[in-house]
Amino acid sequence: MSLIFEHFNHWVVVILMMIGLYIVITANNLVKKVVGLNIFQSAVFLMYITMGKVVGGTAPILAEGVTQYSNPLPHVLILTAIVVGVATTAVGLSLVLRIKSAYGTIEENEFQNKEDVI
Amino acid sequence: MFEQHLAVLPVLLPLIAAPLVVLINKPRAAWLLSTLFVGACVYISFGLVSATMDGGALRYALGGWEPPWGIEMRVDSANAFVLLTVSVIATLVLLFAKESIASEVAHKQLPLFYSAYLLCLAGLSGILITGDAFNLFVFLEISSLATYTLVSLAADRRCLTAAFRYLVMGTIGATFILIGVGMLYMKTGTLNMLDLAERIQAVESHRTINTGLAFIMVGVSIKLALFPLHMWLPAAYSFAPSAVTAFLAGTATKVAIYVMLRFVFTIFGAGYVFEQMNMEIIVLVLALAGIFQCSFVATTQSNIKTLLAYSSVAQVGYIILGVSLVSLTGLTASLLHIFNHALMKAALFMAVGAVFYRMGSVQIIAFQGLGRRMPWTMSAFTIAGLSIIGVPLTVGFISKWYLVTAALEQGNWLVAFLVLVASLFAVVYIGKVIEAAYFKEPSEDADATKIKEVPVSMLIPMWLLVLANIYFGIDTSLTVSAATAGAEALLNGSSLVGGVQ
Repeated sequence: MSLIFEHFNHWVVVILMMIGLYIVITANNLVKKVVGLNIFQSAVFLMYITMGKVVGGTAPILAEGVTQYSNPLPHVLILTAIVVGVATTAVGLSLVLRIKSAYGTIEENEFQNKEDVI
Repeated sequence: MFEQHLAVLPVLLPLIAAPLVVLINKPRAAWLLSTLFVGACVYISFGLVSATMDGGALRYALGGWEPPWGIEMRVDSANAFVLLTVSVIATLVLLFAKESIASEVAHKQLPLFYSAYLLCLAGLSGILITGDAFNLFVFLEISSLATYTLVSLAADRRCLTAAFRYLVMGTIGATFILIGVGMLYMKTGTLNMLDLAERIQAVESHRTINTGLAFIMVGVSIKLALFPLHMWLPAAYSFAPSAVTAFLAGTATKVAIYVMLRFVFTIFGAGYVFEQMNMEIIVLVLALAGIFQCSFVATTQSNIKTLLAYSSVAQVGYIILGVSLVSLTGLTASLLHIFNHALMKAALFMAVGAVFYRMGSVQIIAFQGLGRRMPWTMSAFTIAGLSIIGVPLTVGFISKWYLVTAALEQGNWLVAFLVLVASLFAVVYIGKVIEAAYFKEPSEDADATKIKEVPVSMLIPMWLLVLANIYFGIDTSLTVSAATAGAEALLNGSSLVGGVQ
């Protein structure tokens, strides 16, 4: 039991990561694939945020009577990674839009036959 | 004034030019501006190569924040060499792109194309010169996002699905690298590459570091298209606009290979990765499997762009093979082949792009009889093709020579033998195209009067690359000394510390 509760955050990370990857691999709908990628990336964001947490530490703001802070660096890194994730989603969704107008569908199994898949 | 900021300029110049190009919004002016800025990058890379030739390193604290708190740019002889390759190819492809892209991309999208091209170059240069592991991930994503856009700009609708597949694979790869870097940070509390290298030695073979290594190796392998993680590459190369394919084939996978070298040799240390984790066995087998499988698949293709794309995966195998031998000669062969393969593949894809420009097709049937109608293009293809095969007096021979020497140095006869056998596949797939071009009659429906040589502005960059193929195949002093210096810098981590700017 302690293995589960002591590493609760990490279990969440692992489970979310697997769900995300599973969706990317199995989903038929391209929008769902993008959503899967998002879940996969969010899991990594959570992993970074978890490692910045210091037990008993507060937010890293200078205040009286506080001596222990969480590590702000991973949080800042993840702000950058979130921006990258948003940009990837935007490019992915705009590609889906153009695929829809070019092929008339975004279901993978429906256009697989129409093109020379490599 | 520029002197002290030299190390960061290869990223800054294209990054500044990218929005300017969109604001100008006129194709001709956009092309001119991009060419000027990318040309300036070549000049700076030359300066960086000569400044780091003696084994020192140029260091630059971004924004004046001293490392390890701030992000550090560090240029040594290894990345200066790859940087020079990338910026030279980028300039030549840009010269080629003026006519080629104008015929393949919608007129009003041209400034956007040049903008994405510059952003891609900024990302690739950033990956090369950064000294910070997380910063590397950010630049990787900048270049990748620009690449997905570039691939999706072609007129053929299949480029869209190819770009989407590339996006999914590329994002998974980059996220794997992000996870790996996170694990390193967990254990060491730093992101600066030199700091990481120092602190990893203390916690080596801890499970977190081992897992981090695994994540990073898999992530980078997707990015550099190591067999069997290469499936995004043939589709993306086949359907992207011709100039984009020439650019990507010469730069994107090469930069990813550099990332692998940097992580393995500088951060983790060759001793840990190869002696303790026995990574070289896995890498060696995958490299050889990639060389054979993809060379074989290349011989069966009728679309010449796809054929060359599979050949690219095989050539990545050669480069990784050199790394897996873990010796100075092996690493020199790898760095040499990064440069040499960029020369030959960019020339080949330019020739194919020129055929597409006139024929509107890259199927093998379109090549029939072209030897007489487009003599300059097809002779360029032939010479660059001979280089891929590894015929003496071309750069391909130099690469193979060093690779075989490295294998024999370790008494590894089998690997040396397999490298030479694999060259026979190259004879088959290049020979197939040459046979169609020179010994077959043109297909009936091709209108003979319309098919003539491409404009000179496309021939010049193509022939510059072909002449470089021959020149560096005969006079190897420059490339070999640069590659050896780079290999020494990678193998000998301590030389990185010295030379403060």
